[in-house]
Amino acid sequence: MNYEIVIGLEVHAELSTKTKVFCSCTNEFGGLPNTHCCPGCIGMPGTLPILNKSVVEYAIRAGLATNCEISKYTKFDRKNYFYPDLPRAYQISQYNLPICTDGFIEIEVEGIKKKVGIERIHIEEDAGKLVHDQWDEGSLVDYNRSGVPLVEIVTRPDMRSAEEARIFLENLKSILQFTEVSDCKMQEGSLRADVNVSVMPKGSEQFGVRTEMKNLNSFRAIIRAIEAEAQRQIDEIESGGSIYRETRRWDDSKGVSYTMRSKEEAQDYRYFPEADIPPVIIDEEWIEDIRQSLPELPEAKKNRYIQEYGIPSYDADLITSSKVLSEFFEEACSKSTNVKAISNWIMGDLLRILKERNMEVEDIPFSPEYLAKMVELIDKGTISGTIAKKVFEKMFDSGKDPEVIVKEEGLEVVTDEGVLLELVRKIIQNNPGSVEDYKGGKKKALGFLVGQAMKETKGKADPQLVNKLLLKELNK
Amino acid sequence: MKLFDLTISQLSELINKKEVSVLELTTSMLERIRNVDPKIDCYINIIEEKALKRASEVQEKLDKGELKSPLTGIPMAVKDNICTEGIPTTCGSKMLSSFIPPYDATVIKKLYDNGAILLGKLNMDEFAMGSTTESSYFKHTKNPWNVERVPGGSSGGSAAAVAAGEAIYSLGSDTGGSIRQPASFCGVVGMKPTYGSVSRFGLVACASSFDQIGPISKDVTDCAIVLNAITGQDPMDSTSSNTGHPDYTKFLVNDVKGVKIGIPKEFMNANLDEDIRKAFLKAIEILKNLGAECEEFSIPIMEYVIPVYYIVSFAEASSNLGRYDGIRFGHRAKDYTDLEDLYKKSRGEAFGAEVKRRILIGTYVLSSDQYDKYYKKALQARRVISEKFNKAFEKYDIIIGPTSPVTAFRFGEMTDYDVKKYKGDMFTVPANIVGFPAMTVPCGMDKDGFPIGLQFMGKHFNESMLIKAAYTFEQSAEFHKNKPVI
Repeated sequence: MNYEIVIGLEVHAELSTKTKVFCSCTNEFGGLPNTHCCPGCIGMPGTLPILNKSVVEYAIRAGLATNCEISKYTKFDRKNYFYPDLPRAYQISQYNLPICTDGFIEIEVEGIKKKVGIERIHIEEDAGKLVHDQWDEGSLVDYNRSGVPLVEIVTRPDMRSAEEARIFLENLKSILQFTEVSDCKMQEGSLRADVNVSVMPKGSEQFGVRTEMKNLNSFRAIIRAIEAEAQRQIDEIESGGSIYRETRRWDDSKGVSYTMRSKEEAQDYRYFPEADIPPVIIDEEWIEDIRQSLPELPEAKKNRYIQEYGIPSYDADLITSSKVLSEFFEEACSKSTNVKAISNWIMGDLLRILKERNMEVEDIPFSPEYLAKMVELIDKGTISGTIAKKVFEKMFDSGKDPEVIVKEEGLEVVTDEGVLLELVRKIIQNNPGSVEDYKGGKKKALGFLVGQAMKETKGKADPQLVNKLLLKELNK
Repeated sequence: MKLFDLTISQLSELINKKEVSVLELTTSMLERIRNVDPKIDCYINIIEEKALKRASEVQEKLDKGELKSPLTGIPMAVKDNICTEGIPTTCGSKMLSSFIPPYDATVIKKLYDNGAILLGKLNMDEFAMGSTTESSYFKHTKNPWNVERVPGGSSGGSAAAVAAGEAIYSLGSDTGGSIRQPASFCGVVGMKPTYGSVSRFGLVACASSFDQIGPISKDVTDCAIVLNAITGQDPMDSTSSNTGHPDYTKFLVNDVKGVKIGIPKEFMNANLDEDIRKAFLKAIEILKNLGAECEEFSIPIMEYVIPVYYIVSFAEASSNLGRYDGIRFGHRAKDYTDLEDLYKKSRGEAFGAEVKRRILIGTYVLSSDQYDKYYKKALQARRVISEKFNKAFEKYDIIIGPTSPVTAFRFGEMTDYDVKKYKGDMFTVPANIVGFPAMTVPCGMDKDGFPIGLQFMGKHFNESMLIKAAYTFEQSAEFHKNKPVI
């Protein structure tokens, strides 16, 4: 039988606010254990949560950027459970009146556009972290992350393949980055996702029983986990078994998931209203102000690149997938007349080098202006395309101005006719066989001779000039 | 008359006239505590050295003219669930017996800013759960009128200390009557201000939507003085109100002419001690004679007040007390096999029976299969109760009733864990459910010589009206002049 996979996501994004959600501790990542804490975020008796207004603003921004309704009246609730990383034994979250509801994000898979619904976005606080294996006698707790603001973005079960889920996440990530809601650094845990997966016979309208998978900390893990879980469910059904509502834990190193807890074992979180924080009233004016201040979103940016710069849709898509990359691109374009070349260099060598060197766009050691300058050097004929590739690598090594690199290393194109004529004569003299071939009608031999000249000058000779001079000498 | 018998206003005058120094006063109060506290057991912790040091500092500032509040130099004490920086704050529990907060509650800061001298921390029912102060892990506080009787609770230490002259005034906390009932049992004045008028920052939470800090004092004048100092919005408590407040001492005037006073029939029909009924009826007569318009009316929802209070407050408490897990602070069991065992043993060993009972019930009413039946219903009922009272307050300026249906009882009398024990709270809990202010003033003695309290309840943020009415009553009736002999 053919099956259809049904996927819903619960994405947690840490907000990039300066301070935590309920106290004035720094929201910076890292720090020595338990140095970003105060009596409030370690839950000491008598302390009270004070809602950080920016957190509300960031959540509204996330909601507006994902086409959500913003609630005019929203409140906080307590989610009660015991764990050492949760200092008050309750997490302050939002239960039945989340700040944003009913949004969507558009995705495009193989040329087909579709909307993935967003059921809700709510604000909550992150927990601390248990540190195991660093101390023989037990585990330690680091509360630096306790009280870091999060939004949880819950989608509708609208995705039908791991690829759709991946593209949704890519789009969501760039929206959150563009709006500066979150830096979405998965390696620092500022973007995390739980995945709900079920399968049903193709064409069916009745969803199958879903499982939830936790512990997914990279896009790759999410894709693999979805595929593996869908296959596990299909195999189970095909062999006459049943799927049970449960929470599973994905082990990315082994590529398998394990039952964490069944529905029966599910915790009762005893949600109830948080009396320490009055309900939040959000007026239309505030929402409008935030809407006006929203930056251009990836989708709009992409369309503008295609129209304004005339670059291909695929390129525009890739460049707008990252805020930093698109900023780099726009900055370089503003300093250049050859936008097409800028885009080609980014799509080609730049992304390749980043990948090879395991770097992020943020780590590029030179300014976008230098890319524009390099393109200009090529366009002016100061360096050849081949030399430019070397210069570009060196820019990544040293961060230096391409002009300086060219000067220091003597990489300018040799355009001196006298020098080149001498070279051409030397090559004709040293390659009588090829000269014979050429004269005998084998026009390809000319290419070989040009190549020899380039080799001799380590690529610095102006190939057109060499070509012209060779023809002239050979036809004498 | 001894210094410890005087009020804030009297002592403030003596200090300003330099007839007594802050240090002399503080020293004499510490001596009084040494003499009396072994009998009464109000204090969990007396901070003699710190108090004397502060007394000298305050005197210095006073002399320089830097402090001129009526509270300057006045020795006081607070319930041990109000956090004090560097001074243990135990909540009357083994759980927090070694807990020393690194911060002061906002009320403490405000009182220090007024030049108050803190003498120590006062006994209470464990985590403010109880109405006798018997559930304290540390000691039984005795009623200064008779050491065989309880002082009431949960702010039993705070009420007894004022009645026994072991503090000129004190702060308590009131979740369902915990200031007013012990104040009434000990024959002193106690006020639960409007929810949100006094910051809860630094008050160890019992039930967050009910808790409120308030003063216990010897008379209404002192109550107004302390209230002036502790009221006000606090950026550290987002439930604190920005409504601002008048100078409450301006309302210390003899004038209840034309004040409309409502008397719920449900209070009259309740099972009141005969002496209390008599005292209450007499109080009504006094108020009428002073020109108030008294009228009986019915609030037919009174029977739901107790169940609503217990469901919602236990639910909140069960969550508030989750943080005592032995991980970061508080008691941790010595031997445990794993995390769950650590939780069970630490909490099992360090919480007393009443706290455990409330955590269990609170957890139960919030559980997913009971939530709709109990917690949700109780919230709906809470709304209806609020509507009914707010409606009544459209007609009446004040609603009065006895503070408690009984006077101070004997130790052990209330240890049978039966619902009856909770019924005594019927008169005090509406103020916490709805959030309005309420205060108790002495209104007589029963045949055994125990004080009876009269409760004034008012509109939200209208403490002024309560002060005016209570002051007028007090000045006319003069029951506050009765003092226990210790």
